[in-house]
Amino acid sequence: MKYSGKTHKFGNDINTDEIIPARYLNTTDKAELAKYCMEDVDKTFAAKVRPGEIIVAGKNFGCGSSREHAPIAIKASGVSCVIAESFARIFFRNSINIGLPIIESKEASEKIKNGDSVSVDTAQGVIKNLKTKECYKIEKYPPFMQKIVSAGGLINSIKKGSKK
Amino acid sequence: MGHTITEKILLKHTNLKEIHPGEFINARVDICLGNDITAPFAFEEFDKLGVKKVFDKNRVVLVPDHFAPAKDMKSANQCKKLAEFAKKYSIKNYFEIGKMGVEHALLPEVGLVLPGDLVVGADSHTCTYGALGAFSSGVGSTDLAAAMATGECWLKVPESIKFIFTGKMNKWIGGKDLILHTIGNIGVDGALYKAMEFCGPTIEGLPIDDRLTMCNMAIEAGGKSGIIAPDKTTAKYVKSIKDRRRASLGKYYSSDEDAKYSEVIEYDARKIEPVVACPNLPSNVKPASELKDVSVDQVVIGSCTNGRISDMRIAAKLLRGKKVKSSTRLIVIPATQKVYLECVNEGLAKIFIEAGGVFSTPTCGPCLGGHMGILAEGEKAISTTNRNFVGRMGHPASGVYLSNPAVAAASAIKGRIAHPEEVL
Repeated sequence: MKYSGKTHKFGNDINTDEIIPARYLNTTDKAELAKYCMEDVDKTFAAKVRPGEIIVAGKNFGCGSSREHAPIAIKASGVSCVIAESFARIFFRNSINIGLPIIESKEASEKIKNGDSVSVDTAQGVIKNLKTKECYKIEKYPPFMQKIVSAGGLINSIKKGSKK
Repeated sequence: MGHTITEKILLKHTNLKEIHPGEFINARVDICLGNDITAPFAFEEFDKLGVKKVFDKNRVVLVPDHFAPAKDMKSANQCKKLAEFAKKYSIKNYFEIGKMGVEHALLPEVGLVLPGDLVVGADSHTCTYGALGAFSSGVGSTDLAAAMATGECWLKVPESIKFIFTGKMNKWIGGKDLILHTIGNIGVDGALYKAMEFCGPTIEGLPIDDRLTMCNMAIEAGGKSGIIAPDKTTAKYVKSIKDRRRASLGKYYSSDEDAKYSEVIEYDARKIEPVVACPNLPSNVKPASELKDVSVDQVVIGSCTNGRISDMRIAAKLLRGKKVKSSTRLIVIPATQKVYLECVNEGLAKIFIEAGGVFSTPTCGPCLGGHMGILAEGEKAISTTNRNFVGRMGHPASGVYLSNPAVAAASAIKGRIAHPEEVL
């Protein structure tokens, strides 16, 4: 898959309380959740993010609560993928399960600056910084996870499996 | 090469001959769990799978606890979805308010989680049940949907870190201090993706409630799970449960002597004093005695971390005959109906109320900034809960300090963070 867009940069330990505060968890309306995406870390994010743009963050992105509302809010806000040095594990599996592309890269996380335009090519395993012309290598998902991602998420993957 | 308790439990829940850390497995679950925040999304995904029934109506657990008793109309609709799903699929373990409790305090109490189990729950603090020698881990709503339909969950077999605690614990120290000390030492991603195995003489002497507190907060170090090998204390606890919802008494596993760990860390419990995690990370840990100049507007005693009867007894011991400082609000929330009733019968409720505190029906409530004690702009609270991220208990410009119930109760009396010795 290929994604490209302007980046929004965040720091370390961005937690799910910041991504989607608990006060908004009394709904399953995805568009409604998107309105408050990242509110407690950047109040202006939901209004300024454009479809296809990319979140870049530091270590342990998505730590805290298991709320799937977090990757759902990010996906529904139009963000095409999230690049971080590392992800908290429940956020990681939730993203795989709902089909939000997430990419671990220490180098990209350190070197990409807020507002840089980048392109991501998961098949080639590379992130390009269109501003600085730098390239950062990325690892492919393990085959087990790739199966879920290719099916478009866990539910589709299970449905495919049961039809075999 | 030997195996850890975590690897042994996971292996028993597959059809494989052996498993190793880093491998992906589809594992059978003994119990899967959802609440009023996470289950409604799971129901939507469950419907997409087009199955006619859940894998086992006795092994799906639904607890409306976060925004329940419903705090507003939207939350009421979410709670209603749990009741409707439970009715439609004949879910045996749906806990309506009046019978419910904060999920991770409730499930062990009614014998729904047992040693040797594999439990997944759409709530990050599902890791609590490791205290009984089960593998348990927080997952998302889609995972819950898949588990409800298939009885399975995909997992990556984690590496384990062994934490060995030695030495006698100081007075006023509980499981909360041991785990906060650990998180303060290794950081909020210090155990990322890993199983945290707690052992050593200190742990062997630790009551179940304190073990539950420790495993509850494994997630705050990024852990996939926390676990303590079941022993006599575990067996005594499981056998003592009245109205057990499962017939079994569980299966007992332990780590081999030559099991492989990614790291072994030793702590001397004698050197640990009552500690507090300062805003805005659970790893920002300092001795309570160094924070005496921090005034608090609110004190919360409760939650899946420290809302059990032993926590209530400790708080009451400090508050007996004392008054909450006029500048401070005290909110005490026993975690389950059973704990609530015990508080009433033992006279603890009277102590809290006479001290000038609020004594509430069980709910997660303020822990996640839901209801029952939201912080205003600029306010500070000390709480026996598990997280202190930005805006966790209310306004983004409020702050939460995490502590054990003794420190919280002492702080309520003083109106500032206080060491229990200051009030007794």
